[in-house]
Amino acid sequence: MADLSRTEVEQIALLARLHLEPAEIEAMGAELGAILAHFATLAAVDTTDVPAMTHATETQTLRADVVEPSLPVEDALSGLPAKARSGDLIVVPSIIPGHES
Amino acid sequence: MSVADPKGLAYWTVADTARRVAAGEVTAEDVVEQTLARITEHDATLGAFLEVDASGARAAARLVDQKRAAGAPIGPLGGVPIALKDNLVTKGLVTTAGSKILAGWVPPYDGAAAERLRAAGAILVGKTNLDEFGMGSSTERSAYKPAKNPWDTSRVPGGSSGGSAAAVAAGLCAASLGTDTGGSIRQPAALCGVVGLKPTYGRVSRWGVIAFASSLDQVGPLARTVADAAALLQVLAGHDPRDATSLTAPVPDYGAALAGGVAGVKVGVPKEYFGPGIDADVRAAIDQVIHQLRDAGAAISEVSLPHTGLALPAYYLVAPAEASSNLARYDGLRYGARADAPDLLQTYMRSRGAGFGPEVKRRIMLGTYALRSGYYDAYYRKAQQVRTLIKRDFDAAFREVDVLLTPTTPAPAFPLGSVSSPLDMYLADVFTLACNLAGLPGLSVPAGFTPAGLPIGAQLLGKPLDEAMLLRVGSAIEGAVGLADRHPEAFA
Repeated sequence: MADLSRTEVEQIALLARLHLEPAEIEAMGAELGAILAHFATLAAVDTTDVPAMTHATETQTLRADVVEPSLPVEDALSGLPAKARSGDLIVVPSIIPGHES
Repeated sequence: MSVADPKGLAYWTVADTARRVAAGEVTAEDVVEQTLARITEHDATLGAFLEVDASGARAAARLVDQKRAAGAPIGPLGGVPIALKDNLVTKGLVTTAGSKILAGWVPPYDGAAAERLRAAGAILVGKTNLDEFGMGSSTERSAYKPAKNPWDTSRVPGGSSGGSAAAVAAGLCAASLGTDTGGSIRQPAALCGVVGLKPTYGRVSRWGVIAFASSLDQVGPLARTVADAAALLQVLAGHDPRDATSLTAPVPDYGAALAGGVAGVKVGVPKEYFGPGIDADVRAAIDQVIHQLRDAGAAISEVSLPHTGLALPAYYLVAPAEASSNLARYDGLRYGARADAPDLLQTYMRSRGAGFGPEVKRRIMLGTYALRSGYYDAYYRKAQQVRTLIKRDFDAAFREVDVLLTPTTPAPAFPLGSVSSPLDMYLADVFTLACNLAGLPGLSVPAGFTPAGLPIGAQLLGKPLDEAMLLRVGSAIEGAVGLADRHPEAFA
């Protein structure tokens, strides 16, 4: 497979919410192209009627749907920088560019 | 043993340490002081640790000694110093997964691994170095520092649990925990000359594991003997309602399996693992193991796993796809580093762009590429179908044999900085990936050394939940190879 174009790399980076510097974009196009070329061997495999294996265990064991003690709010917010906290709320920037949160 | 002999306990086994502490021959505090002294002496060279918890370890040791003095049980691992890979969360102790995006993060809870070890009396001495989020095969992709191989510090210890393997090989702890998503316990164990066990998917709880690829990740021990690995698995294994994929099957007595011998055991040798790419010394060591097992009464036969060559491409679709989803949680909002940006989208993008290293970015991009609308069937679904074919190969083989024997890696430890292309680095895991895709247990056990003194590992793969068979055959190999007492000279 050929290198990924700059536009395609930028589209994927936006989907991944990942800022890349110009040099990273260039390198990523070539590296992903080389890795994806290696995947071509999969395309040649006949998988007609082969089910997809989503998990190594066939069963999942769900616990009863009852309220149990969980992490106290204070602990859960302990990883926040001070400026990102307001009482028990997490302060985030506005989703609308140019507006103060 | 005396406190005046700081090297005395460096290479004690887990069982030895636990027994001596329980018998009062040595205090847990002495064990911890000497362990911390060794870490101080050697880790500047090795880079095995990202965080050493001297005060926490001392406090835990005091508690063990107080319990013993009061006649209370101290647990099966009472006083045993153990290190945890830094993608296993530990309450109150910085946990970074080797990433800048989690620099300084102090988890508010213990994961299941830390919880079970503490309950068993183990002393958690620190957090070990790893490739960022477990993505790598050399520990050079740690955002903090590379770890070195104790047998030759110009070479890598393997990865991603390279710090855990190096620490055990150099006698900086009695044993350690790693995680294995595509070989990250077994490959560094092989390159550092220690035992590494990746349990069956679901055997050990993933609660509190910083997720990389959730359908593949498993926690397991690295140790200097097979018996020590069995002792740790005994503590780690078992159902945990907080992990929906945790298995409810009863946990057998793993220690009891060790002395079973191999008479009559059917060992399959998959021909696809012995192709032209394999190093001659590795090949010779594995051939020697095959002869030794045959001499000990095992029935050796060649088997075929025809889809082996597809494991690498299937893995490098499934794992990055799951990683791209799992790592979406690092958005700079609730924990970890947050970049200053004018709006939410730019906060996400700048925090992630600054916080993740090159290999993590590459895998997130690869996973996002494969999962995006219109590409899912061609890539992710196709890889999962191939995963089924790989699993069927193993199912067929295990109808004929009890265990499979392969090299753990195609070559011994490579020099630091010598592998630069991402694809070439992925090839370091070529023999370990299929086990994760199929959810099977795998064990790497030392099989010898190259003439230059680099360790070689033999890999055993077993039926689901048959860790006991791996430990039994692994113990026989360990006995036949006879190198469990050989330690790297620079860290004697």
